[in-house]
Amino acid sequence: MTEVKRHRSDTKMVPVPSHSIVPERDVNEIPVLETRHLGIEFGGLKAVDDFNLTIGKTEIAGLIGPNGAGKTTVFNLLTKVYEPTSGAVLIDGKDLHGMSIVQASRLGIARTFQNIRLFDKMTVEENVRIGLHNQIKYDMFSGILRLPRYWKQEKRQHERAMELLDIFGMQDLADEVSGSLPYGAQRRLEIVRALATEPKLLLLDEPAAGMNPHETEELMENIAKIRDQFQIAILLIEHDMSLVMGVCEGICVLNFGKIIAKGTADEIQANPDVIEAYLGKRREGGK
Amino acid sequence: MTKAKRKRLIYNLITFGLVIAAFLILQNMIATKSISRSLKGQLVPICSWIVMAVSLNLVIGFSGELSLGHAGFMSIGAYTGAIVSGWLLAAFDMQDTTLRLVLAIVAGGILAGIFGVLIGIPVLRLRGDYLAIVTLAFGEIIRNLVNVLYVGTADGKLQFSFLNKNLPENVTMLVDGAKGAVKIKPISTFTVGFVLIIITLIVVLNLVNSRAGRAIQATRDNRIAAESMGVSVTRYKMMAFVTAAVLAGMAGALYGLNSSTVVPTQFTFNQSINVLVFVVLGGLGNVLGSIISATFLTVLPEVLREFADYRMLVYAVVLILVMIFTNNPTTRAIANRLFAPIKNLFHGKHKESVGGGDAK
Repeated sequence: MTEVKRHRSDTKMVPVPSHSIVPERDVNEIPVLETRHLGIEFGGLKAVDDFNLTIGKTEIAGLIGPNGAGKTTVFNLLTKVYEPTSGAVLIDGKDLHGMSIVQASRLGIARTFQNIRLFDKMTVEENVRIGLHNQIKYDMFSGILRLPRYWKQEKRQHERAMELLDIFGMQDLADEVSGSLPYGAQRRLEIVRALATEPKLLLLDEPAAGMNPHETEELMENIAKIRDQFQIAILLIEHDMSLVMGVCEGICVLNFGKIIAKGTADEIQANPDVIEAYLGKRREGGK
Repeated sequence: MTKAKRKRLIYNLITFGLVIAAFLILQNMIATKSISRSLKGQLVPICSWIVMAVSLNLVIGFSGELSLGHAGFMSIGAYTGAIVSGWLLAAFDMQDTTLRLVLAIVAGGILAGIFGVLIGIPVLRLRGDYLAIVTLAFGEIIRNLVNVLYVGTADGKLQFSFLNKNLPENVTMLVDGAKGAVKIKPISTFTVGFVLIIITLIVVLNLVNSRAGRAIQATRDNRIAAESMGVSVTRYKMMAFVTAAVLAGMAGALYGLNSSTVVPTQFTFNQSINVLVFVVLGGLGNVLGSIISATFLTVLPEVLREFADYRMLVYAVVLILVMIFTNNPTTRAIANRLFAPIKNLFHGKHKESVGGGDAK
């Protein structure tokens, strides 16, 4: 775990400790994501409670916690799949209150899913093109009548989709039906599809699940590469600690819907609350 | 050109090619009088059922919603067509039958489209079975409405009423309640039907292979993921639903103007299920399949007339056998092997694995 230390000590922007505990790259800028006392109740059960998190531009943050801690629920709150029962989510300073999933997506938030949700009867390229839906547009009638605009925009979509697929070297798979891809490739395709929407904030829900150690390492490099290339912030949920500790600049630990710790990888690893949440309480007097 | 693009192009070429070839052959047969009278009478209905099947396929196969009221839109089209055609004749003395037919078809499509929007707005926000139930109810409501609808022309003006006695004395009835649309001058022609099929194919196939069409299919495959990508699900489900309604209305006008009367009982729930059978048999999302199954299943009952009382029994057995054979992996493998040489002609050196390739 120690070999894959954070390899970005040479970047110009230095993590600055800020009011948000998760270190930010620049406290003077409006954060890409800010949540204020965010919470949701399901029939009396507080699945997420008083969740405060701030993520600055081009920051990679991790959200970890034991199973059932409410990590995916947080994602669903951020993307408006659930309407929060308390608190607020701000993207780039704009409140998401009352917005639909589609509106939240247009503000620049994109995600992948824990249980892969590809358009599995469509090809790989078509999946990416759905991501480009609001980026490269033309209306229905240009499509039906095959007007010049159709040909022009289709060509742009194709070129852009190929560029994006190139991030993971997936151009060769462009014509495959996405449902028939191997598991790892499906996960990567989800990331490409999310990137196609040109997000400011990318949410990755267990991107390394089902990947072998080699693939995970590759993914780690790619996450950093994506951040540098697209200049976006990334928040990821992951159980693979080598990935989280290796790539995340700030980590937030969730247990029973509450944040129990925030900080850098080293701080988190040394935090007694975190150790307790993962391994259980040390028995009194036990040696 | 990429592999997927080429595959799609070949599929479209086969679809259009088959329709055009069938049209030319049938035209030739009509010219040489080598076609039976019963089949000749079936040509226009076949055209309208093909359009019905292809348009319903857009809703069920591509947008993934189960609509059980497609015959309702057809009935709107049929009645509108009969009224418009009768009115144009009475008010403007329009003798050009083709122009009258085209105008009637356009009017039928527009009105069915309006109803599609009205029903779609509340219903397409719902998920799953709700759409099926509401569209089913819609079909029945339309049937009951036209059952008490009276329309006539007096001095070139259209008169509407839901009560017969409200119409003036000197009226010429166009729609006479439960008797249906009466005294229609049959003006539908096979050529116009063929053109309507081609238009339908252009609309559906081009729509499916465009930005909007991909969005429609994305909402089918995964609603949440589509929304997360910024695709407005309701909007695109609506687009598919209304497009299908317009096409069904056009098919209805063509169908209605093919005979001298149109009665409400022609467009019952059974008829919607019939179209659903065409779509399912042809394959969800398979336009060519819809065309073939609509043709086959429209002609089949006529061919089976010699079985007299056992006609519907044999029809059902044939249907079951076809479903078994087209969905059975073994029979599909055999069929793929038989067609492999033809497929390889198109695909060049790409060899299809046996039993793998779908129709699309």
